[in-house]
Amino acid sequence: MSTNLAKKGDWVQVQMNILSPEERAQYLPEDTKKVPLQMRVKGFLVDEIASLGATVRIKTTTDRILSGILTDINPKYTHNFGEPIPELMKVGMELREFLAGDEK
Amino acid sequence: MTSTNDTSYDAVMSRRTEIMKKAVGIDYEEFIVEGIAFDYEKMMKEVGYSIDEVRQIQSETCVGNTPLVELKNINRLIRKLAPKGKGARIFLKDEAANPSGSFKDRRAAVSVYRAKEFGYEGVIAATSGNYGAAVASQAAKRGLKCIIVQECYDSHWRGQPEILEKGRACEAYGAEVVQLTVGPELFYYTLLLLEQTGYFNASLYSPYAIAGIETLGYEIALQMKELTGKEPDAVIVTHAGGGLITGTARGLKKAGAIGTKIIGASVDLRGLHMASDEDFNKKYFTTGHTGFGIPFAVFPDRSDVPKNAARPLRYMDRYVLVTQGEVFYVTEMLAQLEGLQRGPAGNTSLTAAIALALEMDEDQTIVVNETEYTGAGKLPSAQLTFAKQMGMVVKRGDSIKEDVPGKVIAIPQHPSQIGVIEFPVEDMKKSYLKELIKREGVRQFSDAEMQFLQEDLHASREEIVKWMSEIKEVLK
Repeated sequence: MSTNLAKKGDWVQVQMNILSPEERAQYLPEDTKKVPLQMRVKGFLVDEIASLGATVRIKTTTDRILSGILTDINPKYTHNFGEPIPELMKVGMELREFLAGDEK
Repeated sequence: MTSTNDTSYDAVMSRRTEIMKKAVGIDYEEFIVEGIAFDYEKMMKEVGYSIDEVRQIQSETCVGNTPLVELKNINRLIRKLAPKGKGARIFLKDEAANPSGSFKDRRAAVSVYRAKEFGYEGVIAATSGNYGAAVASQAAKRGLKCIIVQECYDSHWRGQPEILEKGRACEAYGAEVVQLTVGPELFYYTLLLLEQTGYFNASLYSPYAIAGIETLGYEIALQMKELTGKEPDAVIVTHAGGGLITGTARGLKKAGAIGTKIIGASVDLRGLHMASDEDFNKKYFTTGHTGFGIPFAVFPDRSDVPKNAARPLRYMDRYVLVTQGEVFYVTEMLAQLEGLQRGPAGNTSLTAAIALALEMDEDQTIVVNETEYTGAGKLPSAQLTFAKQMGMVVKRGDSIKEDVPGKVIAIPQHPSQIGVIEFPVEDMKKSYLKELIKREGVRQFSDAEMQFLQEDLHASREEIVKWMSEIKEVLK
């Protein structure tokens, strides 16, 4: 069951701005210069209760206490194995056929 | 020195020398000879460990002594493609067999050992690559805390699948993972973390990290002697920051393999800007590519330590580029012909090896010095699915002719289309000098500095003088 409320001790993710566009380093490409440098970190919620979007404190696995905007509760890994790629599907068969030609 | 309460970009960067000195435990000033010259070998000797010590440290955490295997089916395929008398045999060092799945464990093993020995409470590494998992794994084993800082997302919070996977791996070993959006200020934030935590900087570029890779070259020389009776004719190394090529070459030499050619290979991503928010997710290889390979070769000291121990131009005999499409094709080949499912980025050097085997004699041997683990986010299917979502054209075609970084990924139609793009090492040496002159201004270099340049560029004094006068003409 998904919820928008996190309780103390829940594993959560927070987000924060590290450098605003004007605080960023010189000599950046234009597209990078116009956006802030941001960060996401996970940890255990320190506050009693909080909803997504609220400013909260977390304790990370190295015991750092950080403050940021709550972006996810029990965040899951979203990367995956991808879809079958038609352009790669026959490569193995083609190579085996090419090798088999050897023995004919 | 600015107050540590001042955490602005400029203030932290102005404290970088003090922060790094404390966090690496090395006073790099000791090795400065004069001006730009420093005593590289003295630095490697005094702060590094001997090969035997490194082997001992690594064996304590199950690192190293990985298998070296002949790729017999791929070699059969090469013989079929090669002109008569050509077709060198390829051997593969299966570095995926290390604890966290890549050669990076060798680097991390020594760094984390050193951190423990110095009494640091934890370690920090700035890396979006396999090195993060390696440091996290070694820190777990040695009982140290660990923070990994990744450049992971674009400004729309679209994460690179390969980097997200590496973040997951770090968390699996108990590390805290700090994930940043695109930008070179990752270095600023890492410095701030080092200052605030007092942890050790497990830099990829310290003498410890490079000493850790020397065992890889050393093992290759010994294993090849055992398998074939002689040293390999060439070792092909996927080239990014320069550590793998430096450490491998030094290890080979320490084992007496002085005749072995050292060839660097990178994925061609020229034209994509490394610090661009928009270009960030147009790259389907997050390491082993030209975006690191060229800048780190021409200015090694751009790294997170004052003097980089990875100095590729000292060792690189030849540099070749391959395309993204070719590497995905060869990754498929390795899985389906050799039964080895390994991550794509580590197969950059294998791709180049296949092309180079065709031009070498049939009695010669090539060693590909690494593989890496694979899985969600790191497979060709994961990266190409992401590429298609980002609007890339993925098609079958002649990669060398049709691949366009940031636009087209062409998967070869036939193994005969596997080739390389030559990138003359001399061009990088000239770029090194050009960058140097831009930083230093046009001035005379002292004898000690010229001596250093000869070593750092593996070039004669005459060559350097000639290249410098060419550059000064251009810069006028």
